[in-house]
Amino acid sequence: MNYKKMFLFFIIICFTTIGLQASKTPGTVYAFSPQVIQHGAEGDDVIELQARLQYLGFYNGNIDGVFGWGTYWALRNFQYEFGMKVDGLAGETTKQKLVDASKYDKQFVKEQIRKGRDFTYYGGIDKEKQTAPSKTQGNNTNKTNNTNAEPTPTAVNVPQGFSQNDIQLMANAVHGESRGEPYVGQVAVAAVILNRVESPTFPNTVAGVIFEPRAFTAVADGQIWLEPNETSKQAVLDAINGWDPTGNAIYYFNPKTATSDWIWSRPQIKQIGKHIFCK
Amino acid sequence: MIRWILITILAIGLAGVAFWGYQEHQEKNAILIQAENTYQRSFHELSYRMDMLNDKIGTSLAMNSKQSLSPQLVEIWRLTSEALSDVGQLPLSLLPFNKTEEFLSNIGDFTYRTAVRDLEKEPLTNEETKTLENLYEQSGDIKKELRQVQHVVLDNNLRWMDVQLAIASTDKQSDNTIIDGLKTVEKKVEGYTESNVNSGLIGTSSEEHSYQFLDGDMISKDEALEKSKKLFEIKNNADVTITESGKGADIPLYSVSYRNGEKNAYLDMSKQGGKPISLLVNRPIGKEKISLNEGQKKAEAFLKKHQLDNMAIFQSNEFNNVGVYSFLYNEDGVRVYSDAVEVKVALDNGDILGFTARNYYMNHSKRDIPEPKLSVKEAKDKVNPDVKINEQFLSVIDNDIGDEVLTYEFLGVLGNETYRIFINAMDGTEEKVEKLGGTEINFAANF
Repeated sequence: MNYKKMFLFFIIICFTTIGLQASKTPGTVYAFSPQVIQHGAEGDDVIELQARLQYLGFYNGNIDGVFGWGTYWALRNFQYEFGMKVDGLAGETTKQKLVDASKYDKQFVKEQIRKGRDFTYYGGIDKEKQTAPSKTQGNNTNKTNNTNAEPTPTAVNVPQGFSQNDIQLMANAVHGESRGEPYVGQVAVAAVILNRVESPTFPNTVAGVIFEPRAFTAVADGQIWLEPNETSKQAVLDAINGWDPTGNAIYYFNPKTATSDWIWSRPQIKQIGKHIFCK
Repeated sequence: MIRWILITILAIGLAGVAFWGYQEHQEKNAILIQAENTYQRSFHELSYRMDMLNDKIGTSLAMNSKQSLSPQLVEIWRLTSEALSDVGQLPLSLLPFNKTEEFLSNIGDFTYRTAVRDLEKEPLTNEETKTLENLYEQSGDIKKELRQVQHVVLDNNLRWMDVQLAIASTDKQSDNTIIDGLKTVEKKVEGYTESNVNSGLIGTSSEEHSYQFLDGDMISKDEALEKSKKLFEIKNNADVTITESGKGADIPLYSVSYRNGEKNAYLDMSKQGGKPISLLVNRPIGKEKISLNEGQKKAEAFLKKHQLDNMAIFQSNEFNNVGVYSFLYNEDGVRVYSDAVEVKVALDNGDILGFTARNYYMNHSKRDIPEPKLSVKEAKDKVNPDVKINEQFLSVIDNDIGDEVLTYEFLGVLGNETYRIFINAMDGTEEKVEKLGGTEINFAANF
């Protein structure tokens, strides 16, 4: 009996303190947006998810705002330990359980990310001890005055096996070769580069294919170093993600400017924009 | 009179010299660009190969069977020698870069020694595994540094020709990012199969199958036009053009394109049955309003609408407010890797931005999937004991020689890395081990 009363009392105290805390820092009340967070997502909700999982000791990776494999396993472990359905999706119940079990100091986390610091967010350890000035700090003095800007996630999703640099290099080539072409035409050029990497008769790296002597006119005349735009990057991403409007072409040419007779002898697949694509 | 003749001759001579000079200049430029391109190629290949090297070493850590470990070590050995030759082609003769070269050749020596030995009789010792782990970590550091340098090079359009000049000139003041970056790489080192670009094996079938599952009657141009207007969500014919594929195409297609203001779209449709093979819509994407998860529901609904049943989500990713989803064909709980489709959903309003089912239609066929001979437990015993297995599936994949095999697929963790491991469900061969990445530090993040 006595126990029960004490327990009740304890719970009430708990609730009031939570309430007090919540009213003090209004940012933490409305945790998470209503979305179901899943593998591959990025953004604020992922930052919060990672921070909360780390607070509870499930997540040991960087809080970078991208839902990768580390986050996935951490979430599944959390669901397992808390007796929920283990599906690796942060839905309604999972998020509620997380919010109940952990604290999230949005301001602290965001500030660390904004300042580009190496930091962790484990519960029960003094926060100040979990942050270290980052190496890049020296050159961001010009950024300090816009502290109100939302920090971007410090990582990005990249297709398996590719770096942002590979994408950038391809975007350069695609832009040099086919700016002014319709969007599909750009995806098509990117797809040809990838098809060549796959093909046994061409070099087997992206850089190898692009810089192969006499392969691309834009490389030969230096147009590859023009600043690529967002569209060409988008086109490269689409090609990497599996879109191939050319139907497995490994050559293309502009019928107006093509100088070699040989190229006309290749079996043609189709024309997109100004380019004819062939096998 | 003579004066005029002289003037004319001189003028012609001058014009000739000017023309000759201009040609020389053009030629010089062309050669400069060519030289520059060779340097660029070596450099970009070097960073790519360091990345591959790191990946392969990481993968070898999770391997268990000798049959897959030996080829992997050979692969690493080959990569180191290629990376070394890349370094050799860079104009770095005056820059101390020998530690990195040494590091590379050390990896090469180590993997060569272990690869040629019969691992069946003499498996890797504990020290050798330790060495591999160290190499993995160190190559990871180098990879990161090189990728950073590469990012700067690409971002600022740096020229290797300038680097060469900067190195050659004794001027200490010249601030050169490439040199500084490479020096950092060198410092790091002092302290301690690219075979397939689409290393994701999804949808890759080494054999080109013959679209045997495309059925239905041939459709006419008009029918194709009607169908594509529905897919593009437009009413009138005005901005639509339709063409037929040439004889080089794998299967006869109608290609339909649409262009109106900021939105343009492109569709490949099979003549037989009028199935959409590939769809791409391009338009500016607004602010993200729906989640990756809701986007997935849209994608699933789209597949259902096009009679692609039994497709199960395989992976989802968000790139610049666009959700990209891969689905695998699922036959009685067995995932078939080669029958893949990809769907792209705009996360501002949920529109379908893209769809490609080329792999699906090319590879899909009636299969007789056998019962596995091994139990899950027996298969698990074949996996490297250090890997903690978290998830398991039954999958049909294409193995190294291009045969479809039934495998147990395990998703497991070793250290901080996640691996996908395929064990043949019939004879227990370790068919494939893959290190899963998919995220990277945002080099361009503004902090």
